[in-house]
Amino acid sequence: MIAFVKKYEGLWLFVHSSAAIIAALVAALIFLGAVFAPWIALVNPYDLSSFSLFDGLLPPMWEDGANPKFILGTDDQGRDMVSSILYGARLSLVIGLSALTIAAVLGVGLGLAAGYYGGRFDAIVMRIADVQLALPAILTALLIDGIARGILPSAIQQDLRVAVLTLAIALSLWVNFARTARASTFVQMNKEYVQAAIMMGQRPIRVMFIHILPNILGPLLVIMTVDLASAILLEATLSFLGIGLPADSPSLGTLIRIGMQFLLSGEWWILWIPTLFLVALVVSINILGDFLRDIFNPRLR
Amino acid sequence: MLTIKGLSVKFPTRFGDFTAIEDVDMTINPGEIHGLVGESGAGKSTVGAAVIGLLQTPGYVANGALTLGDTDLRTLSPSEAHKVRGDRISMIFQDPQTSLNPLMTIERQLIETIQTHSDASESEARKRAVDLLEEIGIKNAAERIKAYPHQFSGGMRQRVVIALAISTDPELIIADEPTTALDVAVQSQVLDLIQRLAKERQIAFMLITHDIGVIAQVADCVTVMRKGRVMETGVTAQVLGKPQHRYTQQLMDSVPPLDRKIDRFRVPDADDTIANNGDMAEDWLLEGAQHVRTGLSLRNLTVKFAGQRTSIFRKPPPYVALDDVTLNIEPGSIMGLVGESGSGKSTLAKAITGLVTPSDGIMELGGSVLPFGKSRDRDHPSRQLIQMVFQDPYSSLNSRHKIGDILTEPLWFYGFVKDAQEREKLAAAMLSLVGMQPDAISKYPHQFSGGQRQRIAVARALLARPRFLICDEPTSALDVSIQAEILNLLKDLQAKFGLTILFISHNLAVVRQMADNTAVLRNGKIEEVGETNALYTAPQAEYTKSLMDLTPMMPTTWQT
Repeated sequence: MIAFVKKYEGLWLFVHSSAAIIAALVAALIFLGAVFAPWIALVNPYDLSSFSLFDGLLPPMWEDGANPKFILGTDDQGRDMVSSILYGARLSLVIGLSALTIAAVLGVGLGLAAGYYGGRFDAIVMRIADVQLALPAILTALLIDGIARGILPSAIQQDLRVAVLTLAIALSLWVNFARTARASTFVQMNKEYVQAAIMMGQRPIRVMFIHILPNILGPLLVIMTVDLASAILLEATLSFLGIGLPADSPSLGTLIRIGMQFLLSGEWWILWIPTLFLVALVVSINILGDFLRDIFNPRLR
Repeated sequence: MLTIKGLSVKFPTRFGDFTAIEDVDMTINPGEIHGLVGESGAGKSTVGAAVIGLLQTPGYVANGALTLGDTDLRTLSPSEAHKVRGDRISMIFQDPQTSLNPLMTIERQLIETIQTHSDASESEARKRAVDLLEEIGIKNAAERIKAYPHQFSGGMRQRVVIALAISTDPELIIADEPTTALDVAVQSQVLDLIQRLAKERQIAFMLITHDIGVIAQVADCVTVMRKGRVMETGVTAQVLGKPQHRYTQQLMDSVPPLDRKIDRFRVPDADDTIANNGDMAEDWLLEGAQHVRTGLSLRNLTVKFAGQRTSIFRKPPPYVALDDVTLNIEPGSIMGLVGESGSGKSTLAKAITGLVTPSDGIMELGGSVLPFGKSRDRDHPSRQLIQMVFQDPYSSLNSRHKIGDILTEPLWFYGFVKDAQEREKLAAAMLSLVGMQPDAISKYPHQFSGGQRQRIAVARALLARPRFLICDEPTSALDVSIQAEILNLLKDLQAKFGLTILFISHNLAVVRQMADNTAVLRNGKIEEVGETNALYTAPQAEYTKSLMDLTPMMPTTWQT
């Protein structure tokens, strides 16, 4: 076991970094909880019949007057906080991960092509990216949300809320991927293995995806972790502002917005527990991202 | 006087301590240039770093004695060590580009150094700085001293670095590959300067280099190192002229001589156990029309690059990388191409392979016209007939692909072999043909040394069934003994398969060993072309003559 760990530098560094281990544990716990929410959660917050108003506003189990069944208490509707958070994290992660995938595919594709072809194509892609960077992510999201409200028939608007939100987040994140992929591709283009492939007469698509892409994955992976955190935060922000998801499908942001109403009323757990949960999730993902960056960039160690 | 006794340096790693150098003994007297020679990984630089106390963390001196005069260098406190550095020991690094601060004038850097180590006033320090620059041969020093490093050429910058090193009157200067980044002409000037300083100022030099020619030219004594241990040490003429140790003998055998051509380097051939399985690859390469020899002729080839833009309204004048180059490479022969950096050697290779588009001229491969750069189709036959072996074996193989994938790619791509298993078998056979174990196929490039990777790169080129092979500095990133192996391999393969080769190198001696004909390139123009022996014995162009004179050479009597 020790020999196995020593063989791989990344693993070796990992077992020697307590921050990375804790962050990985927290992130893994949240991911597993989110994935298995339907099986482990006490109640289903989407299903009105699974909870009761009589259980409303119960404090966490360590406070007076708590019902030990609800470990972290309940909200005003009587929904178990643990269940809400698990379901909320599930939705947040689904939106975050799908937005990230779209952003990565779009950004890496455009970045690779810009780095490979250079010249005018590169200039156009990068100017679009610059414009995108000049607009704050929230503004982009508001814009897309507004357009979707305007052009989509109201009947399907509700069903498409998740898709619209995902697209809005993806559009504000692709620039990172495009810039990193382009810069790394430039470096690889001067490497002789790429020249050898071009000399042979291989198709640009093959050179880009078979030869160059595997060599630039490192920095992209780092961007991915850091951007996953941003995606989750962005989703929470948008939902908090009420342009994200409706109240009946609570993501973490929605839970925090609902909790806001109880900020000064003594029922602190309704706001603070989802907030702390979100902070824990984002911080642990960011720590993992930093750790990955250290692995891929030995000079920063 | 520097004395090193039983020096060991260790680097703790996660696999336990790694011993970088072990039991190194050496003495350097005032005014003596002591060469420290060895291949990469021999621990040469570690010796220098240990002496000056700048071992890379977490390395530490585990054992031994280091004394300079009466000072024990090992027991110094950090502040004492700091004073010794610079005051009594100076260092010259390989790359003058990075050892000077680009944001400070030469004057400031010199004055700062002088004032750190003495309490000279500003104007005294300035006067000394100007004197120093004059001493190291910078004309017009009082004026030039105001310049920034980028306004000096590479050789000038290295002189400034030397001026910085001697500005504090040190007893010992450690020069770590001081001329490796320089062209021969500049190299010889810098070496002359080092020799003069050693004599006039009685400075002891530790000259660390991998280039035995440099040692032969300037060093009084030499220490040969290998894998962290001293193999042989003594007076240069003794050690290099009559090497006692087997390793030194091997090393000397692998140095290509400039003044004659030898058939093969006397280096141990790769394992006999693997040489037998290459028959299949050999037969495959000799099949069908493969023995047709294909020449290449270039007529009035000109390559221009966009120049530096100085105004947004005017188009910049183009930079001419190749100027009216006419060259005829006979079918089945090796054409050597020599020139200093920036002479356009690599541009020529890129023009032939289609990576660069010439603006004028004609290229013909085996009698048919070769389209330029972008206008060459992806499936043009020349894409298969012309193959290339690159300079840097660390970047020419895709580090994320297995050797098997790298080698079977040409077989698959050019449609030579349809069956995937056949392709693997042929790739394995080709590996044994170039002297590698066939099981390399399931490994990744990082599991091999530079020399092995270069063999793999040769195998990849051969698997495309080329008729014309371009070798662009194929051995300049390799140690001299590995270089000898690769050159032997290329010679064998050329003889077996009748390849036509364009062999590009900055190293005149290497080209002499390889080429039938040699062309000398300078600033994009061909200075001279001719039969190699004739050109080396009686060079016609002034430039060729000076190149020959400046290349460090060993006395003929040393060679066995």
